[in-house]
Parts: sequence; C-alpha cells; structure tokens
Amino acid sequence: MVYDVAIIGAGVVGTLTARALSEYNYNVVILEKTSDVAMGTTKANSGIVHAGFDAKNGSLKAKLNVQGCNMMENLCKMLYVPYEKNGSLVVAFSENEIETIKELYNRGINNGVPDMEIIDQKKLREIEPNISENAVGALWAKSAGIVSPYELAIAAAECAVLNGVNFERNFAVNNITKKDDIFQLECKCGKKVEARVVINAAGLYADTIANIWNGEKFNIIPRLGEYGLLDRGCASLASHTIFQCPNEMGKGILVTPTAHHNILVGPSAVNVEEKDDLSVRVGALREVFSKANKSVPAVSMRDMITSFAGLRAHLDTDDFYIEPSKTDNAFINLIGIESPGLASSPAIAEYVKEMVLKVSPTDKKADWNPSRRKPVVFRELSKAEQESLIENNPDYAKIICRCETITEGEIRDAIRAPFGAIDVDGVKRRTRAGMGRCQGGFCGSKVMEILSEELGKPINEINKFGGNSDIIYERTK
Amino acid sequence: MSNTLNFDLVVVGGGPAGMAAALSARDNGIPEENIIILERAETLGGILEQCIHTGFGLHYFGEELSGPEYAHKFIEQVENTKIAVKTDTMVLNITDDNHVICSNKNDGLIEIKAKAIILAMGCRERPRGALDIAGSRPAGVMSAGAAQKFVNIDGYMPGKEVVILGSGDIGLIMARRMTLEGAKVKVVCEVMPYSGGLQRNIVQCLEDFDIPLRLSCTVIKVHGKERVEGVTIANVDEHMLPIPGTEEYIPCDTVLLSVGLIPENELSNQINLEMDPVTRGPKVNEMRETSHKGVFACGNVLQVHDLVDYVTLESQIAGKGAAQYINGVTAEKFAYCKGINGVRYTVPQKINIEQKEEVKIYFRVANVYKDKRIVVKLNDEVIIDKKKKKLAPGEMENVAIKPEILEKLKADDQIVVSIEEG
Repeated sequence: MVYDVAIIGAGVVGTLTARALSEYNYNVVILEKTSDVAMGTTKANSGIVHAGFDAKNGSLKAKLNVQGCNMMENLCKMLYVPYEKNGSLVVAFSENEIETIKELYNRGINNGVPDMEIIDQKKLREIEPNISENAVGALWAKSAGIVSPYELAIAAAECAVLNGVNFERNFAVNNITKKDDIFQLECKCGKKVEARVVINAAGLYADTIANIWNGEKFNIIPRLGEYGLLDRGCASLASHTIFQCPNEMGKGILVTPTAHHNILVGPSAVNVEEKDDLSVRVGALREVFSKANKSVPAVSMRDMITSFAGLRAHLDTDDFYIEPSKTDNAFINLIGIESPGLASSPAIAEYVKEMVLKVSPTDKKADWNPSRRKPVVFRELSKAEQESLIENNPDYAKIICRCETITEGEIRDAIRAPFGAIDVDGVKRRTRAGMGRCQGGFCGSKVMEILSEELGKPINEINKFGGNSDIIYERTK
Repeated sequence: MSNTLNFDLVVVGGGPAGMAAALSARDNGIPEENIIILERAETLGGILEQCIHTGFGLHYFGEELSGPEYAHKFIEQVENTKIAVKTDTMVLNITDDNHVICSNKNDGLIEIKAKAIILAMGCRERPRGALDIAGSRPAGVMSAGAAQKFVNIDGYMPGKEVVILGSGDIGLIMARRMTLEGAKVKVVCEVMPYSGGLQRNIVQCLEDFDIPLRLSCTVIKVHGKERVEGVTIANVDEHMLPIPGTEEYIPCDTVLLSVGLIPENELSNQINLEMDPVTRGPKVNEMRETSHKGVFACGNVLQVHDLVDYVTLESQIAGKGAAQYINGVTAEKFAYCKGINGVRYTVPQKINIEQKEEVKIYFRVANVYKDKRIVVKLNDEVIIDKKKKKLAPGEMENVAIKPEILEKLKADDQIVVSIEEG
C-alpha cells in the first residue's frame, strides 16, 4: 500500500501533525526509530508552554509559539492531557535586568503575547512567596503554562490511531528514494514503506534525514539540558514557572512546577557531540541547583527523586526551519524544533497540515474524532466514582504503584490502548506508575508481571524501554 | 460508603511489626475479633518473605532463623486467632477521626471505623534518583531489595557482573546472594568511611567471599545506553565530594543500590503526624503513640531497625499502648528525650510522666566510636553512665530508664542521651 503521508518521528510534533492530518482523507503512517512515542526530546524537557516573548519579532518561533500557547489549553482538554495555565515569571535581580525584562515585555507585545505585566518586588513576593529576597521585579506572563510533554504526544498518537493513522515501531529510516511520484522509505531492518508526501519530524536527527533524501545540509547541534526533579512534598516551593533573565545559550535555569505537581529544576545548556548520549555530567546537578538557588533559595538536592538529561535540536539560525526540501515540495523538513517547540507544537501541526494540503489537496473526513479514550485516573476521582468504577472492574481496586496511587486497571488500560505501552517505561509515561518518590522500587516488578500477562511474553523478555534494555536475565539455578 | 466495617484496632501492614502489634493488643485485652490487619502484599510476612538468609531471631527466639521462618512463627500465631486479615489490600487514606479507607479486588473500597490505628508500613529503599550519580539511565540499576525479590521470589537473575553502591545490610546480603547464584560481584563501594551494615554481615557476606569493600568511595557515573555497561567510581573527600584523579572505570552490567532506607510515611504525612526529621518517622511517646490521638506506629515505619527482633519488641509495646488507649488510658503530660553529642535521635521522643514500667530508649550514633561512655541525664543529673567498647551507626543501641527514675519525672523534664569520652 502507498500511504498519502509518511511522518518520520513520533515526538510531540510528529504525533500532533499525524493527528491534524487524520482529520482529512489521508492515509498516514508514522515511522518511529524507537519502540515508543515521545522517546527523544519530547520525553526530557521542561514541559513549559512558553508565552512567546522570547523569540525575535517576525521569526517563525515567535509566530508559532504565540499561536501554540493559545491553542494548548483547549487541545489538552480535548485530549485529556495534564495542563495548567500557571503563568511564568522572568525574574530580575538588578536594575540592568529590569531593562532586560522591559525589552522582553516589548518584544512580547510585538509578538502578540497577551496578559503580560511587569511587577515589582512586593507583588512578586506576594504571588511567589519563596522567591529570593534579591529579586527586584519580574515579567509576569499569565498565558504561559505547563503541560506533560510525553503525555501530549501519547494522547496525540492515540487520537491519530483512532482516526486510522498507522504506526511503525522500530523503523529507523536509513534510505529514501523516489520513483513515479512515490517515496520509498527504507528501514535499517530492510522493511519498506511507500508514501506520496514525507514529513521529516525527526527532531535531533532531522538533519540526517534531510541529508539522506537529497543531500541538503543542516547542522543540528545537540544541546544538553540536565534536570533534577523534586519530591511532590516540595510542591509549595513554586507555583509559577520561574525563569532568570535569558542568555545566549537559552532561557537559563528555571524552577517550575510540573503538570503533575513535582518541582522541576534545570536545565543546564551545553553543546555536546553525541545525539544519543543522555548522560548527566559529573557535578552538573550541583551547578544546576546552585544556579536555581539564585531565584528560589529553598530548592535543594536533598529533595531530589530523580535526575535526567535531554537534548535540544539546536540550529545555528536560532529559528525553526519548516520548509519543503529544495528539490521536492512533497518532502517537508522540520528542522531546529527546540524550545519553544513544545509550546509551538499544536501550531506547527496546523502549519505543516496546510503545507500538505497545498501539495496534495483533499477533503475532511465526516467522522473525525478530535479526542481519545478518556484515561481513568483513579487518584483524581471521588469516592463514589471510584466505587462505581471498581464495581464494573475490580482491577481498579488493586493499587500497584503506591507512591502515585496507580491501579492495576490503569496499567492494563495503558497496555491495551491504541499504540499502547509495551515496556516498563511506556507504562510509566502513560500511567505514572514508577514516577513517584520510590522510582519504581516497589511497583517495577509488578508492572513487569502485568506486561508479561497482557502481551503474552515471558517476564524476562519484558524490558525497560526496548532495544537491549533487559531488566532480568536467565532463571536462577 | 457502602462497605463500612467497625474494629477496635486497625493495623496497617502485615509484616513482623504489624503481626506482633496485633498479637500484643490481643494479649493486652482487645478481643481478637475486634482486630484487623491490612496487608498490601498477597501474604502476611512483609519483607521477611524475601530474606531467605539466616540471622533472624537470635535475640527474640534464641535461635537462628531465616526471614520466612521468623515471619512464619507470627503468621501461625495470627492464623490461630480470630484476628481478621485482609491481604492484597492497600490503605488509601486515614481520616482525622481514625477511619481507614482501603481497597482490594474482593471488597472494592472499604471504610473501617477504628478506635485505634497502628501504623506498621515498614520502610522503602532510597532510589538512585535521590543520589547525585551522573551518567545515563539504562536498565540494570536497581535497589538491592528489588534484586533480592527477583532472585529469591521470582527466580530470575538481574545481572551477571555487579557493582554494589552502599554497604547497608541488604547490599551486603545481596553481594553474597548474587555470588552464590553465579554472578561476579566486583566491588562494594561505601561513601562513608565506615559501613552502615552489621559487622557480622561484612564478615559473612564480603570477607568470606573475597568481595572488596571500598570505603570513602562512590559511584560517580553510570555508563551504557540501554543496559549498564560500566560505572566510574571515585574516592571522596571529607565532604563526600569525588576527589579528582581517583576515578576508576569498572565494567559491569548491574548496579545494586543499598544507600539507605526511608520509613514509608505517606499515610503518616497525610494525617499530618508530627515527624522526626532524623528518623523520618513519626514522633512517639513511650507507648509508640504519635501526635494524633489513637494512632500508634512501630517497626521500620517509626525508625529503621537493624534487627527484626527489636521490631518485634517495639511492636509489642505499640500493641499494648493501643490496647490501653482503647480501654480509655490516655497520656497528657510528658518528659522529653533527645540525643546530643553523637546520638542522632531517640525513640521514643517523649515519655508519659505517669509511666510506671521500665522504658527503653533506642538510638543510633553518628559515627564509629571506641571506648566511650553512654551518659543519660535527667535535666542535669546523670542517671545512667555506662562504658561502651564500640559504637557504630549500623547498630541500634538502647538504655533502660528504671521505674525508680520514672517516678521522679515531672512534665517537660529533659532526658538527654549523649556519648562522652571513656
């Protein structure tokens, strides 16, 4: 079968684009190199829906960020994705920095950012009591928010699958040719997929994919960001997303609540060589926390429950590059989708959809479903709702992850879902089992048992995140 | 709620602490049919079920038992009573008026109205994420206890070439266990200048198997993208920061962590119990009653113990305290205990001044000490002064406050335990 559209990459941009295209009469396939969605930059970033005052006036980043931020709340409601419009603060520590935030304010006005305000020290401490006493003022952008980035991609993928989009897991594209208006995309494993339009949403590897196709050269620089995540007991430390003034490497170290009410501290910003090395550098976290203490003195590594690193796909032009390839309008490159890529993702999906419609016009489907199954989140239900849920399915009465109160029913749902979980980390990102303070110490082996049962695989074949990430080996003697 | 039950006493947790507490409440006059134990696992016994090595029971039973044997002695006793047991049951929350909300597949949600509650949830292991270990996040890094479950309960090997970080008892036990199952344990690294485990475990689990223990040494980086491929270890200075130039790469496929146990106090925090920042358990009086009337705590949820025998003894006190509370005995005025000068904490943190029976104060020390004295003062008067050849953080110590001293207690008296020069 020849697909109308093949999307390379199942990050938040690829999956939302697939969802947007699924509203039309296209046969769409997503080709994902790993075994799950959201495995690249999407799973390890700040989870911030930026308001849109950072990007240069007139840039694609500015335009799509402001649009995306505006779309995010409704989209998340529709897809049942944790989101909160918590507002962001860029904190100034000197009169010079007050000038900087005024510049940001003006840039924001020009970019079309709504609901901004420059506030003084008194007001700042009133809305964010744990902020440093050295902060003299802040730019408060009320339209900024926080979202669970991997859940957004998972939800978009589920919605896309419901609307007929196909998925190829473990499909690492390593050759692209075209014959009679049809692209042939070849996987490392030998498998082939054919499509009339190709969307290169390969994130960090988008330059490689573009190059494979027609030799065009882009230079994506992987820029490492290291984070520490704090116990939920620290949730009261910050309610807004707290930035320091930006520098040439980005938006600096932030302290923010996540959409699940942990406190996230980071990221560092350092250009690295390897695109697949998500190592936290020795000593990096101490530096991140010490910088974060400038804005929120009470954040402490003692409260850390996990640390991680992500890579940004940095392009030297410092803007998104979303254009058809120089040799073929039907091959669309999305390059340099770094921050504010997450905030912009709903708008990027629309933008790319319009490009596809231009290349290959078609009609809307009559029966498009913009939503997905509503996931059961047991801990958020009332007692009465919990009781009626259990009455229909006692699996919801068995708590598997005690830290986050995740039931067996929710874990089975996540495995049975369209494009469901097939490994331990996949269950974790879909349900939060293992995301709490014990980091899966208690529930890890139980999740493996349920996966083994649902997938009909022996337990020693259940791994952490695909590939060779085996957790246990052979039987004991 | 449709499913409502009434019990005099609800015990949360069916490990050694919960079982001993329930049996003790029965022995102290609470009718056994008015007691219920709630256990989240499929069976009673708690973590002892996976501790198939011996060394349990020497103090309490005067014989050396395996974990399951020790547990079984209590399981049998519980089964021979009318004490109700619900396994596979998780407590979701406890209300201010001592109702326990729990859930299982057979009953769905249950609300149990209790006169008294004993918290006996045990403890959990500190995960990797809580430590500043750089590197990647591949499969093959797990807590020693998780590995113990894979090997002893599920019958699977979690790795072949192992580095263990932390010399807590579970880490030491697993060094031996993995070796016996054919794995190669390359090194046990301990960030402190001394081990946090029992001396007998260092001898029987490491020395007897020629497994090196490196003190003042830690894992600074994990290598490997999908599965662990190795670790970088380094010596640390007195601030526990890695010393540049001492890094060493060790190839391995597994990293086991035994870097501390944390009392499992989710429920305690939910009902806002007053907590001790050192033990990370609730503050209690000598009967192990917490700051919440009618809520007691015992076992590793209160303080991480070195030996299960002491868990049993402590839980019997809590069971007795709960029984007395149910029968109307309450305490209002207290003397307060604290540790100083090398004594990290005390349990209990306060003593009812009406208490007539001997009270043992348990504590741990902050460092390894030789030829010192343990001194206890009531206000400024020395009431206990005993010589101690050796004190170590891995071992719990105790001092007994005799009835004749208790008789003198007045409200707000200070009982201070300290380490003094020999």
